[in-house]
Amino acid sequence: MPNCEATTEQDKDQAEDTVKKLKRAVARYPYYRHPLPIRIMHWCNALFLFILLLSGLNIFNAHPALYWGKSSYNGNPPLVVLRADENDEGELSGVTRIFGHDFTTTGLLGASKDTSGELAERGFPSWLTIPDDQWLAMARRWHFFFAWLLVINGLAFVTYSIASRHLQHDLLPTGHDLRSIGRSFIDHLHFRHPTGKAARYYNVLQKLTYLVVIFFLLPLMILMGLGMSPAMDSLHPGWVDIFFGRQSVRTIHFVVAWTLVLFVAVHLFEVLISGVWNNIRSMITGYYKIDGEPKHE
Amino acid sequence: MSDEQNLTRRGLLARLIAGASLGVLGGCQRLSESSWFPKVLGLGEKTTYKMQRLILPRKAMAQEFPAPDLSPQFRSNGTSMPNNPTYRTLASNGFIDYHLEVGGLVARPMALSLAELRTFPSRTQITRHDCVEGWSAIGKWKGARLGALLETAQLRPNARYVVFYCADPMADDGSSLYYESIDMEDAFHPQTILAYDLNDEPLPVKNGAPLRLRLERQLGYKMAKYVMRLEIVDDFSRIAGGKGGYWEDQGYEWYAGV
Repeated sequence: MPNCEATTEQDKDQAEDTVKKLKRAVARYPYYRHPLPIRIMHWCNALFLFILLLSGLNIFNAHPALYWGKSSYNGNPPLVVLRADENDEGELSGVTRIFGHDFTTTGLLGASKDTSGELAERGFPSWLTIPDDQWLAMARRWHFFFAWLLVINGLAFVTYSIASRHLQHDLLPTGHDLRSIGRSFIDHLHFRHPTGKAARYYNVLQKLTYLVVIFFLLPLMILMGLGMSPAMDSLHPGWVDIFFGRQSVRTIHFVVAWTLVLFVAVHLFEVLISGVWNNIRSMITGYYKIDGEPKHE
Repeated sequence: MSDEQNLTRRGLLARLIAGASLGVLGGCQRLSESSWFPKVLGLGEKTTYKMQRLILPRKAMAQEFPAPDLSPQFRSNGTSMPNNPTYRTLASNGFIDYHLEVGGLVARPMALSLAELRTFPSRTQITRHDCVEGWSAIGKWKGARLGALLETAQLRPNARYVVFYCADPMADDGSSLYYESIDMEDAFHPQTILAYDLNDEPLPVKNGAPLRLRLERQLGYKMAKYVMRLEIVDDFSRIAGGKGGYWEDQGYEWYAGV
């Protein structure tokens, strides 16, 4: 009975598959990857950066232009301007000027609908700012309150990371890490992610990115924020000229903010493609599920 | 944990995340309009004030610039011609009848003409003006040192603040005159001057003629233009909105070091 035989073969395959799946399921074990302080500080950092970005864009909207140099009026045109043009019929259009080139960006940059639904002149749209309305005094309150929280959270993170050896164990790349940068780069391009025991640790590109964000971008961001303060500039008169002057400092602050947005976008993308629920769970409960059996390692 | 439970948990988590982000966005506007939350947020700027006063030396000097850094045009912001008949009469006569009144908690109240102000110890400085909006301009200012003026007026022991009363109305109907206030630490700072010259010319009307404050370690809104009268007080809570300045009454911080 050939038919019967075929069915038996299929059944056998299916049964083997099921056994394999079960084995895999059984052989996934939870690994405690993120201690509680790291989890708390991670989510605080995410919330603070989110509010700082959106309140910062409201502050930017008070004068939606960027310059290079010590002042805004030094004979050179601005690097970037967001503005609204009005035609003969009184219709507004949003224009973004970058290095002298105009781009029409109606609805998003230069002119966008305000909270009442009318097209109005504003740099970034109301859904990207805190508060929604153009309200500089209030945006500054949000920004400086959460800037202090970010600084406190950052200092707590660095202190904890050094004291608990999180920095030395998890973030600083090993010699082996550094030698495998090329392979890690290719793995990332192929969306291949470490499995088994290797998934316990950050990969080398991940480590280097976190180090750049924590020890370069965020401190630079805060320093450029302080550089905009006329009082802090008097601490050592002229120190802002190391960064090409106060208006350059403001421009760098803006560029670093969007570099951090780029980091978050890549971070979220990697979270999404490397097991989204496993990743999110591990940053909430601390436990990350890893394929394999812990006792066989 | 069964798959079903797993899915429910995931669904719940996804809904929680979506709800939280929407809640944050909508909530921020409502929180801004509440009476209590802006006060909590204000702790940030209060902390900044305390920290800056702690770490900055009292006489720390604002940066000064060489002449090539001067802005070709010194930008006018806010009022460029006060809508005030008394002021316009003074301006039409080249401020020949102008007198700066100095009163309040002083032993010797004064009324000083521009010619008399020019006899006070002066200072000339090329400094950067930073507006709260984000732009900066560099100008050369010459003016009477406020500290020297206050010494002549002889402060009473309880003098704590200098209040600047200005000629520019902030409301369309000509009411709500601009005013500002600073503390004595700033008033006696060597770079704090009542400027009567900008870029070697008498101060133009658009930049605050005949007299404006320069307070180089704070933002532009502190630097009152069209100054008519100084009042030395121990407390400004009974003046106008009670926050020590026109913009402060609109919700801006009294200390504008950031």
